[in-house]
Amino acid sequence: MSRNSPDKRLSVAKTYKLYIGGKFPRTESGRTFEARSHSGDLLANLCRASRKDLREAVVVARKAFPGWAKRSGYNRGQILYRIAEMMEGRIDQLVNEVSSQGVSPQKALKEVETSIERFVHYAGWADKYAQVHSSVNPVSSSHFNFSVPEPMGIVGIIPPNEPSLLGLATLLAPALAGGNVTISLVSETRPLAPATFAEILHSSDVPPGVVNILTGFRKELLPDFSTHMDVNAILAADLSTKEKKLTEENSALNLKRVVHLPSKAISATDNPGLSPILSLQETKTTWHPIGT
Amino acid sequence: MAKKHSNKLDFDTGWHYDPAPESPELAKLKDSYDLFIDGKFVKPTSGKYFDTTSPSSQKTLAKVAEADKRDVAKAVTAARKAYEGTWSRIRPSERGKYLFRIARVIQERSRELAVTESLDGGKPIRESRDIDLPLVAAHFFYHAGWADKLSYAFPGRKVGPVGVAGQIIPWNFPLLMAAWKIAPALATGNTVVIKPAETTPLTSLKLAEILQEVDLPPGVVNILTGAGSTGECIVRHPDVDKIAFTGSTEVGKLIRKTLAGTDKRLTLELGGKAANIVFEDAALDQAVEGIVNGIFFNQGHVCCAGSRLLVQESISEKIVRKLKDRMETLVVGDPLDKNTDIGAINSKEQLKKIQGYLKVGQREGAEIFQTSCPLPKRGNWCPPTLFLNASQSHRISQEEIFGPVLAIQTFRTVDEAIEKANNTPFGLSGGVWTDKGAKAFHVSERIKAGVVWTNTFNKFDPASPFGGYKESGFGREGGRHGLEAYLNISETGGNR
Repeated sequence: MSRNSPDKRLSVAKTYKLYIGGKFPRTESGRTFEARSHSGDLLANLCRASRKDLREAVVVARKAFPGWAKRSGYNRGQILYRIAEMMEGRIDQLVNEVSSQGVSPQKALKEVETSIERFVHYAGWADKYAQVHSSVNPVSSSHFNFSVPEPMGIVGIIPPNEPSLLGLATLLAPALAGGNVTISLVSETRPLAPATFAEILHSSDVPPGVVNILTGFRKELLPDFSTHMDVNAILAADLSTKEKKLTEENSALNLKRVVHLPSKAISATDNPGLSPILSLQETKTTWHPIGT
Repeated sequence: MAKKHSNKLDFDTGWHYDPAPESPELAKLKDSYDLFIDGKFVKPTSGKYFDTTSPSSQKTLAKVAEADKRDVAKAVTAARKAYEGTWSRIRPSERGKYLFRIARVIQERSRELAVTESLDGGKPIRESRDIDLPLVAAHFFYHAGWADKLSYAFPGRKVGPVGVAGQIIPWNFPLLMAAWKIAPALATGNTVVIKPAETTPLTSLKLAEILQEVDLPPGVVNILTGAGSTGECIVRHPDVDKIAFTGSTEVGKLIRKTLAGTDKRLTLELGGKAANIVFEDAALDQAVEGIVNGIFFNQGHVCCAGSRLLVQESISEKIVRKLKDRMETLVVGDPLDKNTDIGAINSKEQLKKIQGYLKVGQREGAEIFQTSCPLPKRGNWCPPTLFLNASQSHRISQEEIFGPVLAIQTFRTVDEAIEKANNTPFGLSGGVWTDKGAKAFHVSERIKAGVVWTNTFNKFDPASPFGGYKESGFGREGGRHGLEAYLNISETGGNR
């Protein structure tokens, strides 16, 4: 970027911030970390989120949960499809951000396109998984007995560092389709596109608090995600053996569910299908007597 | 005694029940039982045995082997061999036929098993005969049919067995819990190492005899008796692929921690503190029956017991009066007597725990009521008990007592009832009583629990998935959904 020529317009660089409760705050801690290009140039200073930011996100997510879970699958599906639409309109920006951090432009394009496909795929699931998973159970007594899925609640999402946007999309879409609210700790090494993705969500009718996006260090925040007593589940991909053990150990505190998606499911062109949605659902069975 | 009211439910006919006991001889117990490994009864490596006693008569019923790490290793080896060699290879329909056979022999030996269950565990014979045993047989029968139909259960996905399942079960429904664990595991092609609870091993050992009787291939099911340390050896054994545990939330959390970082599959069915919510428009006499069944069934040793009663303020006096009247009719006593409603508390330890909570409740300021039913002199007994004016923060409203003790709170609005019902760390079950259908669905939808009974309580069926939200554990048992716990399920692909 040459800034010396008097005729050359000075570009306006973006400030990347957190996304909590439908707002874009800086981290309360005032800390930042640097995002650099493949060749080492400084691209941006990212917020290094703290435990307090996470707690704040949990509070707003908890408030958002009943409303989001209660929306019809049809409505959630439309919002997911809207996310895909808004991504499509910003393909160039997303590809630039992914490729600025060391991914070839072709691969970056493929990553962004597959991310969009994920949202289209899960938009269509939102009003179907309940029908596929539910059952009327033929009990022997005179009862109407049926089982339906219900979202778990607050899901902490730990996507892989790479691919950063596709990793986030692959984990986030099934969680949202199923009526969960989410707090994602996005890639440390390629955070730009995931941070921009928050702006896309913001313009896609996603209610405030349903998706919260934190940038920061996994080493610092994974213990806080996994010990938080009001987080119901962790959905992760590509955790190291040590991270996996720590997360599962800490999850015992409130028996939060821990779900690992295999890393090959993240980058596959094939969408991961129904399993990730159901892994974040509880099954509720209701009995009602039949009689006069 | 409850005070006489002009509109008291008149249960007192002036007639009294003569004792109608089943004979303990029907249990046909041996003096001593060994471990069941690889299709044979074998002595424990350590040579150690422990007594299992009757919680009512306090008599020693039999000596039972104590399995240690070496026995667990033998059992897992046998289960692995059986998995690789026979069970995962035979035709699924043949697997199913073994389960059908088991169900049939259980039906044939049902009386013997029911008497054994009541002798060893203390539950009234009326319950072991009419609830436990029929459900045990039904569980094997139901799952038998799944064995060759698994591909219909999960369309679009591929399923396969997990391998060797380690299973640890509690003392409240000893044989029924064994059936809940073994039947789905075998139907889906897994082999099993199972440990019954220390205080109630006998019906599992009789099940071992039945497995021999039906010629189940050796090693497909191995039954190890012992205490917590035996269970821990199963949990820690590296060649076990999956752990299924039913028991306390405390131990469940420990198991979760122990398995952290391993790839072992885990399902937990843990404690509960269910609320039975009674609205003013409910059929009150039915609700009272439901409340009684909810908390006094099986001495309250039920993880999904309705141990809290949330009653709408406008009817609370009336409900409490009816409830006390009804409770006065409950007979506490000999588990083998067919007239008994409430049997013996399963162990001295459990009785102590319950009595501790009775003190805690009074100290916290709740008002206690216990019925005047005479208790037998020997044995572990607790009369049906309720606490009035319990508050949400009281330990008797928050913690699982696992005894015949009901904490009663009132509420005014629907929202308040839901808020109070959900305000514990547990989420296993809940109850709603109202004559308005829309309200029943509204409330049952909002209760954070895996099983909700509306205008009924404590109903079970092999086709009905059972399991909890939150700290009541994860995974389901029963129904199509329960099969998932014993299957590796993958997408078949093509979801482009």
